[in-house]
Amino acid sequence: MAGGSRGPAFWGQLAFTLLVCLMLVSPIVLSLLAGVTQNYFVGIRSGVTLRWVEEVLRTYSGTILLSVQIAFACLACTLLLGVPAAYVLSRHQGRATRLVEELLVMPVAIPGLATALALIITYGGFGDFRRSWLFILVGHVLFTLPFMVRAVLAVMNSVDLATLEEGAASLGAGFVRRFFGVVLPNCMPGILAGSLMVVTLSIGEFNLTWLLHTPLGKTLPVGLADAYASLRIEIGSAYTLIFFVIIIPCLVLMQAVARRGAGSK
Amino acid sequence: MPSILPARRTLLAVALLAPAAAVFGAFFLLPLARLFALGGGGAEGWGAYAAILVEPRYFESLIQTVLLSAGVTAVTLAISCVSGLFLVRNRFPGRSLLVAVLTFPLVFPGVVIGFMVIMLAGRQGLIGTVTEGLFGSRLVFAYSMAGLFLGYVYFSVPRVILTVMAAAEKLDPQLAEAARSLGASPWQVTAHVVLPALKPAFLSAGAICFATAMGAFGTAFTLATRIDVLPMLIYTEFTLQANIAMAAALSFVLGAVTWAVLALARSFAGSSVAAAG
Amino acid sequence: MSATAKSDSFRVEPVPVRLEGCSKTFGNGARALEPLDLTIRGGETMVFLGPSGCGKTTTLRLIAGLESPDPGGRVFFGDEDVTRLPIERRNVGMVFQSYALFPNMNVAQNVAYGLRVRSVERRQRDRRVDEMLAMMQMADLAGRRIDQLSGGQRQRVALARALVVRPRVLLLDEPLTALDAKLRDGLRLEIDRLLRGLGITAVYVTHDQGEAMALGDRITVMARGRVAQIGTPQDIYFRPADAFVAEFIGTMNRLPARVDDGILQIGSLQLPWQGPAGTTTVLIRPEDVRLQDDDGVLTGMVSVAVFLGDRTRVVVDVADGSSIIVDAPGRTSVARGDTVRLGFDPARLLSLPDRS
Repeated sequence: MAGGSRGPAFWGQLAFTLLVCLMLVSPIVLSLLAGVTQNYFVGIRSGVTLRWVEEVLRTYSGTILLSVQIAFACLACTLLLGVPAAYVLSRHQGRATRLVEELLVMPVAIPGLATALALIITYGGFGDFRRSWLFILVGHVLFTLPFMVRAVLAVMNSVDLATLEEGAASLGAGFVRRFFGVVLPNCMPGILAGSLMVVTLSIGEFNLTWLLHTPLGKTLPVGLADAYASLRIEIGSAYTLIFFVIIIPCLVLMQAVARRGAGSK
Repeated sequence: MPSILPARRTLLAVALLAPAAAVFGAFFLLPLARLFALGGGGAEGWGAYAAILVEPRYFESLIQTVLLSAGVTAVTLAISCVSGLFLVRNRFPGRSLLVAVLTFPLVFPGVVIGFMVIMLAGRQGLIGTVTEGLFGSRLVFAYSMAGLFLGYVYFSVPRVILTVMAAAEKLDPQLAEAARSLGASPWQVTAHVVLPALKPAFLSAGAICFATAMGAFGTAFTLATRIDVLPMLIYTEFTLQANIAMAAALSFVLGAVTWAVLALARSFAGSSVAAAG
Repeated sequence: MSATAKSDSFRVEPVPVRLEGCSKTFGNGARALEPLDLTIRGGETMVFLGPSGCGKTTTLRLIAGLESPDPGGRVFFGDEDVTRLPIERRNVGMVFQSYALFPNMNVAQNVAYGLRVRSVERRQRDRRVDEMLAMMQMADLAGRRIDQLSGGQRQRVALARALVVRPRVLLLDEPLTALDAKLRDGLRLEIDRLLRGLGITAVYVTHDQGEAMALGDRITVMARGRVAQIGTPQDIYFRPADAFVAEFIGTMNRLPARVDDGILQIGSLQLPWQGPAGTTTVLIRPEDVRLQDDDGVLTGMVSVAVFLGDRTRVVVDVADGSSIIVDAPGRTSVARGDTVRLGFDPARLLSLPDRS
């Protein structure tokens, strides 16, 4: 025991953990395979093909483009709204800002379905707005803004912004100079982490989007839901495969940023 | 900001916060208030809120959703506790691969999780194939309550495991050593020292898991065409029955419940607690 | 202090600790401890002293049972070979630098924990906890939460928790390092009295030589995984075994010297000397150097003079460019720029093998 020898408890827990991993991984592998299989019912021996992937790209490329477009628009909005908000929350810590923080997190605490319904009830009558992709964008901004604010705020609170700014002010820098020359550069890790989070969440968002979208403005997850419900399993799988290809780099980058942040602390 | 007078300082703060506040007020607080009002503006008036508790169809759905979410939370916590503690305490070749696998589905939206359940337990799924080979009959449960349960657990395990691991890694290893030096067996160390120290993490992760399961729509939409969990009920009320007032009332109650659970957990656990997509 | 009066019920039969050929190599191949043979006498307080990474904590963890020695090494408590016993079955008491008090238990529950794990019957458990808290003068803190205690109080709770189970050996891993200087001095005295009163075998790890001198019956000075010297505080200070020990303990001056034909020459001083010819280094403590000595052998200029109350610490730059630190009586009046002649008793000079 003193050296950490491995008894039955170790092997039992390892087996259990492997089982959990198997549960998580096997459907991913199966769906990747199914996406490039001629006929999934027959199995992989029916041949490997890119036919389904091509078909999905032909039919659904619009959803992919729209998702990417919304994700980046959403990122721009959350940066413009969230970074100044985080700055104020970090520099003015009191009861009022605590309340603001609490309110800002609400769209994450409340199910997207409820938020979407509330948006439709209130703005559904504005036809042009309702029909445009901006309507979806509003939902995504609401949902992702708290993540941006929290990521930036965490870094701001850890670098002792007040002292940095006082230092800059003592050297004669005005607010604008301080904000762009001292505040922003020192919060870069938080802004980066928040940005990756926002893009990833926006690309995968379904709960709000399903009610907010219109037949002419479908995002990737909406298209996925369509495909799962009505089309053959190979197409659903090929579509999922494309989704993985888009989302996995986001995940990898996110973890790399998190690791670097942890390493530098 | 020593160079700025207090009044100017406040003005600046307000100006910087204003854009976010305007968007938030116009597109969240106002719609939420309208949702609440509309819930009381239907045929039955404010009775729509009462109907949730009185009408069996709604009440049963609410209870069913709460029970499902509670069950998912319990199972997810148990799995994450065993595997998370195991991965923090032991170093062995392949460990980081296991951690990567366990956290990989973190970015999957609910719909994709639903499809994963279909790949596992659907008509052409893995479990069906394995059971057919072993027992001669295909076990298919993707579109039942069990399938939904599996999907929610699939969704929550990565999040909860990460929380448990982060908390366990922050534990002072000398706590466990102190307990051992006093004669505690490995089981006693876990029961008396490690688990109590992780309680805040369990509380917050459990609350997130519960609230997320309550409001999960994507997975339910893919799998639960025949199960009336609350989000599906809201969806059918809204689209098929066009009973907008009832849908609004149900949504508002659902939102209030998830928000309250998270707020409660936060006041106990102290850290930031919020549901995930 | 009622420690000695009340400590009888916590007295234990002192157990010697013996290490035989204990080395430790970690998984990554790093050798933390070279093979070590060592006996700690029953009832003695042995202090392990050295810079970080010298192997002192590894040694303590080997004795505790938190690490096991490389194959071949053995650990004995008395005549019992405990090498294969995990810490929870060695019946030791351990005090940590971070206190390691259980935050989910209050003071009394923390102290009672070892008895609870040993299934000591409830009434007896309560009585022993009460006695221990009274002995540590903490009876009024029994119901406090851990986060309501000061650092000094926490460490006293940790001591009480380790002692209440009547351990065979008490192990202390830098117990005072996390405290501020003033608390540290007070608690050091308290620990000293406690250990003497209980007569328990104690192993104390520290990097602070003041603590080591004050608490140790004997001190083991370690460097780079090896024992540099084992001895009483006086041995270590006055008769260091090598240059590392001499310079690690207290302040030490290096004097430039030459040996020719069996004569050692320092400034104008000439001594008969055994050793190879050539330049060599001899050492002397600051308090053994005399300032303003008419028979002085080295001339230099005062570059710094700091009045410290009981003494004045003077730094003198001598001809070859080196500096010599002198501790003179407090009333000495020298100022920066003064020219002084330094003298010393040849018997106080140390010449040591330079192993480092």
